[in-house]
Amino acid sequence: MKLNNGTNNKKLFAYWPIILFIIIFSIFPFVINAYWVDVFFFFGIYALLGLSLNIVLGEVGLFDLGHMGFMAIGAYVTAILNTNFGIPIIILLPISAIAAGAFAYLVCSPIIHLRGDYLCIVTIGMGEIVRLTLNNNPFGVTGGPNGVFGIDFPSLGNFFVVDNSVKFYYYIWIIVGVTIIGLVNLQHSRIGRAWNCIREDEVAAESTGIDVRSYKLLAFVLGAGLAGIAGNVYATKLMMVSPESFSFMESCMLFCIVLIGGMGSIPGILIGAAAISLFPEVFRAFAQYRMLIFGAVMVIMMIFRPGGIWPRKRGAIKLESLLIKTGEENG
Amino acid sequence: MAKDNNNVETMIRSEQENKETDKINKVVLETDKLTKKFGGLIAVNNFDLKVNQGEISSLIGPNGAGKTTVFNVVTGIYKADGGKVLFKGKDLAGKKPHQIIKKGIARTFQNIRLFSNMTCLENVMSGQHCRSREGTWSSVLQTPKQRKEELKIKKNAENRLKQVGLWRWRNELAKNIAYGNQRMLEIGRALASNPDLLILDEPSSGLNDKESEDLIIFLKSLLKENLTILLIEHDMNVVMGISHWVTVMDEGKKIAEGLPEEVYSNSQVIEAYLGKDEEEEE
Repeated sequence: MKLNNGTNNKKLFAYWPIILFIIIFSIFPFVINAYWVDVFFFFGIYALLGLSLNIVLGEVGLFDLGHMGFMAIGAYVTAILNTNFGIPIIILLPISAIAAGAFAYLVCSPIIHLRGDYLCIVTIGMGEIVRLTLNNNPFGVTGGPNGVFGIDFPSLGNFFVVDNSVKFYYYIWIIVGVTIIGLVNLQHSRIGRAWNCIREDEVAAESTGIDVRSYKLLAFVLGAGLAGIAGNVYATKLMMVSPESFSFMESCMLFCIVLIGGMGSIPGILIGAAAISLFPEVFRAFAQYRMLIFGAVMVIMMIFRPGGIWPRKRGAIKLESLLIKTGEENG
Repeated sequence: MAKDNNNVETMIRSEQENKETDKINKVVLETDKLTKKFGGLIAVNNFDLKVNQGEISSLIGPNGAGKTTVFNVVTGIYKADGGKVLFKGKDLAGKKPHQIIKKGIARTFQNIRLFSNMTCLENVMSGQHCRSREGTWSSVLQTPKQRKEELKIKKNAENRLKQVGLWRWRNELAKNIAYGNQRMLEIGRALASNPDLLILDEPSSGLNDKESEDLIIFLKSLLKENLTILLIEHDMNVVMGISHWVTVMDEGKKIAEGLPEEVYSNSQVIEAYLGKDEEEEE
């Protein structure tokens, strides 16, 4: 038992950067002004979107350049159901996730066997079709290029309403935090391993007993579901949605988050999201050179750190022998 | 060294003869008039193969004879154009590779196909995918059942890694370990699925003499686990050293089968490997 306690303390000690990170993030809104709180809210949105794309692109290695399409589905489902039927946002949070996931399942089922760049092209098409459809106001529900206005704040009854920047900041970062815990658990499960196997070698994965097709679909559905949640939060924060928020360029930005941060690496994704959302704000003065710097950084990254800023470190699963610990080994 | 092999070979033979007197060997894997075409090329032509339970069977033949194609059809990577594959008496037609491994046929590849950016331990843990069943939500929430299964997977993986002698490399990425070790890791990954039949595609290619000798000893030790082994092999020392039964293939057809030295002295086999005498004289 004593030994066990020792290892627990050590474990807690090993987690100090995470704990520090959480503390800094929770006192942050009290030391910065409202503008930066908003910037950090969007950092949170990008982090959530990056994590959702990371499932598809980072874990399974599927090129998805239409990820904003899934977010758009989530945002519009929230907007339309809330403004037309008055359904509370909190209830719409899971509904928008399910809607985006179901959409991903329907759209990706026929294209899931495509490899690499072929899949990439099709997903670009998919994202654009979603955006153009929303833009053309089908059945008069999406409001065309103007979008949908007057979305409520998330609330639990009347006593807990997320109605200012600081509350929104906590709202998004709690969602991101919960998502990270779930995704870390997934990474260390047979599901996460199966995804990585598919990324490494599809034929070998199939021969190892992994149903490649359904695991790829699972990744798309989960990724889309998370993007749908991001869409929901985004819609309630802005109180409106319009098709231009979900352009192809935004999908590219998400792609960059995963590539800059490190494929399959959760801390990497946070860094990538910070790079995409914070640096343009920090370097406002050089706004016109932003894309130039951005392009240069991408090129330099690909040459010197092709694995991303913080690639996933593997191998720390279990160092000591399980058999010796449980006393099952004979010799 | 050849003498040693001969000794071992006669030992196996005598063992096998004993077994034959005891009981009639049960057929685990059987192909019946198997045919596979690639466009106009008939890669496998009415091929019959029998693999007996608890034995090491070899499939040999010159390059391009269609051996690997047979393996790929058996493991579901290719679809047969004709004929049947029977595993324990059941037809495997239309089954996908991940379903076939669940039925108990695990395989390795000619050019090693590991999950190179994953650790050795993770590779072997992945091998147990078809023997575990916890789903997405239990993994996200880490339910007690899921933790228990995960622990079981780790323990099995540890056992298998020790069995193939790679425990010390457990946290090394698969791409970083030596070539011979990579071969063993691939076998370990296949074994992790607790197969009844292990199909090895040229396990000794790229290994030095010492390593392939170790491999022979290792494969023989596997027979104790009630495992059946089918292998494609080029190295005649390995084939003659461990096979109970040899099937020879050339241009998609079976040209001979029998005990190792029967096959070794078969004129048709020598012809297929070395070319015809007449041609040489011309």
